[in-house]
Amino acid sequence: MRFVLEKRPAPSRLMLGLTPILAVIATMLAGGVMFWALGANPVEAIRTIFVDPLFDPTFASYSRPQLLVKAAPLILIAIGLSLGFRAGIWNIGAEGQYIIGAVVGAGVGLAFYPTESRLVFPAMVLAGAFGGWVWAMIPALLKTRLGTNEILVSLMLVYVAENILASVASGLLKNPEGRGFPGSRNFARDYPAASNLELLPGTGMHWGVIAAFIAVIAAYVLMTRHKMGFAIRLTGEAPRAARFAGVNPTRLVVFSLGMAGALAGMAGLFEVSGPAGQISIDFGSGYGFTAIIVAFLGRLHPIGILLAGLLMALTYIGGELAQLMLGMPAAAIQLFQGMLLFFLLAMDVFANYRIRLKTREAA
Amino acid sequence: MTDALLTLDGLTKAYPGVVANDAVSFAIQPGEVHALLGENGAGKSTLVKTIYGLVKPDAGKMFLHGAPFMPANPRAARAAGVAMVFQHFSLFDALTVAENVALGMDDPPGQGQLGARIREVSEAYGLPLDPDRIVGELSAGERQRVEIVRCLLQNPRLLIMDEPTSVLTPQEVDILFKTLRKLAAEGTSILYISHKLEEIRSLCEHATVLRLGQVVATCDPREKTARDLAEMMVGSALHVPEREGGETGDMLLEVKRLSLPAPGGFGTPLRDVSLSVLSGEILGIGGVAGNGQDELLAALSGERPAPSGSILLRQRDISRLRPNARRALGLLAAPEERLGHAAAPEMSLTENALLTGDVRERLSSRGFIRWGKAREFAARVIEAFDVRTPGPDTAAGALSGGNLQKFVIGREILQKPDVFVVNQPTWGVDASAAAAIRQALLDLAQTGAGVVVISQDLDELMEIADHFTALNEGRLAPIRPARGLTIEEIGLMMGGAHDMDVADEAAIAEVLA
Repeated sequence: MRFVLEKRPAPSRLMLGLTPILAVIATMLAGGVMFWALGANPVEAIRTIFVDPLFDPTFASYSRPQLLVKAAPLILIAIGLSLGFRAGIWNIGAEGQYIIGAVVGAGVGLAFYPTESRLVFPAMVLAGAFGGWVWAMIPALLKTRLGTNEILVSLMLVYVAENILASVASGLLKNPEGRGFPGSRNFARDYPAASNLELLPGTGMHWGVIAAFIAVIAAYVLMTRHKMGFAIRLTGEAPRAARFAGVNPTRLVVFSLGMAGALAGMAGLFEVSGPAGQISIDFGSGYGFTAIIVAFLGRLHPIGILLAGLLMALTYIGGELAQLMLGMPAAAIQLFQGMLLFFLLAMDVFANYRIRLKTREAA
Repeated sequence: MTDALLTLDGLTKAYPGVVANDAVSFAIQPGEVHALLGENGAGKSTLVKTIYGLVKPDAGKMFLHGAPFMPANPRAARAAGVAMVFQHFSLFDALTVAENVALGMDDPPGQGQLGARIREVSEAYGLPLDPDRIVGELSAGERQRVEIVRCLLQNPRLLIMDEPTSVLTPQEVDILFKTLRKLAAEGTSILYISHKLEEIRSLCEHATVLRLGQVVATCDPREKTARDLAEMMVGSALHVPEREGGETGDMLLEVKRLSLPAPGGFGTPLRDVSLSVLSGEILGIGGVAGNGQDELLAALSGERPAPSGSILLRQRDISRLRPNARRALGLLAAPEERLGHAAAPEMSLTENALLTGDVRERLSSRGFIRWGKAREFAARVIEAFDVRTPGPDTAAGALSGGNLQKFVIGREILQKPDVFVVNQPTWGVDASAAAAIRQALLDLAQTGAGVVVISQDLDELMEIADHFTALNEGRLAPIRPARGLTIEEIGLMMGGAHDMDVADEAAIAEVLA
């Protein structure tokens, strides 16, 4: 007797919906084993990560607002990435687009310092989106003009962006009144007109959160009602049919990479002008990479990405809490997040195959 | 039963969602050419794969010379004397004929000895083949000979041939049939799989007809008409298209000296292709697969832009226009491959209606899709072309080949094209759907549209085309009226028999003069 995988005639819709949940459960189990091996009580560790940030009387007042603060950039970036991913265009460099968006947007804001005008912040948002868009246009143009691989180019540009960040943090954008320390002026403290403040105290709600919600709705409408969304889906499912239908592959690459870049750039700007407060060498926090997990965990569907973004934010906050309370190493938390993507991809097998127990046939 | 070569008894094989073979029983006599007849999906391939040891049946038995026979793999089948020539060749382009033959044998002799034997066998059976030539330089017909000779070297008692003529010109078909008759006369049994009825009538002594996995009839095909055989395959009466001599009018589509390099290294370049289509005319383009059919369709549909001035629609240069701009001007197309090219299999029929119907049916406004209108358009196609499906929300991939083809063709015809270009309109489609599609093409021409039908089915082209030409290595033969063409002339237009390369050119010149 042995188990065999048997291909399903069509992917199971039930399993497609169920696998994210199964993946979360499997991650909790495997993560629990890992925490146990690290010397912690697995149940307590899982509770610290998933439950305490929301319900613990001591931490919840701090953690709950953090949920939106962390989820907003993840959702914003993942929505942008999902457009390309649905069409088979793999932008792996959202982290770089996020950083450049922050640098350009912050640069525009700092250029106006100390002008107090209502127009400064909107100008920064546009500049942030523009910065991310430009950074994404590099792989887009190289792909459409020269046929380069967008995965490699966008990924390598992350490291270029990190070096630009390090350079401007200690050079061009350095705070002239910062006593020589690297890092720009702090928007929240020094420049209220250019800062992304909490809109409702105690909720974590800031402009980036609003932008993320708008992005979710806009992406939903785009994918279900608009020709561009149809072109994206068609290209992902049947590239030859897309060409026959008249979809212009060049325009599709430019559009989806551009949107991803602009949204990632905006996310960077909202972060630098709000939660982070300033351009600093360590501004890049890995949101751009984590958003890839969020996009897939959310099945590349806008509503799914919204939920996945919140879940992933929870693991960030809960992970910090676990570091603090249980002395877990930071790497363990990253491993935990990585497991989530691993299990999700592994579970996908069951959407396309079913397991059958097979008795040996008589030869 | 005991003197039969191979007896099948109750073979059953089920796949998830479909029973491919349902209690199939029949016998093949020694020295018999036995036809296995059936539509695509009737279970022919599964059955021969079972005999060749590639598929294990769920139930049933086989007997070879009265002894139980259940090969575990093709090697065991070959050892028992069963050989098979596949529809798709398994040859290495970079190796010589002799090397390829050796690779397919279980215990090949040395190269020198093998070369001599290849020559000997190929000449004995009228299949000239040079063992030292590189396979990459051979025509499709010659490649098939390599496969056949490889089988013959192992002295099979049963030779299975899966759709062997789909890649051959009529002249090459003649040569093949002579070989097969000679083999049968020497006592080798041949199991011949095809859905080309005339071929089976001229070659086979016995036919087993499969429908939906079951044996529905056995007969002597020589005593039946092609129509009888088709009705056995389909299980219903056939509607033969009616042809009224249509009026032709203005020049609609003109292609002038169109040359295009092969896309991406594979495929066939188009060389100096010129054609013209008048209003009310059906132009049939024949040719063996892989001679530029896909490339010509892509150039006409706009999937690949063509050099300026090479494609004119009503005297207007459309060479550089993209597919939707051409659709707006009235040029519509339907490619050969239904799944993944003409239609997106995982999308609904509504979404597939939108795929080409957006421009002419106004299924969107300001970039936003009018799903209600798209759904209604899909429903109209389903209704008008008798597409058997639960409704417009069904995924295209869930339809049978014939029904999806009716949808794909109907989707274009309902948009009232001025010129309609279609590649293989009835490929892999059951006979009744094929007849409906041909009638629709004739009706379309009657309304004054120009129609270009690219097809490998010569009977189909002779039935509906006013003018005929053929693609051969990306070149188009001079266009001639279809009426009065002989099969000989058509064969020469398609490239003749490839072992007569030198004689070819002279013969074409003579016939076409």
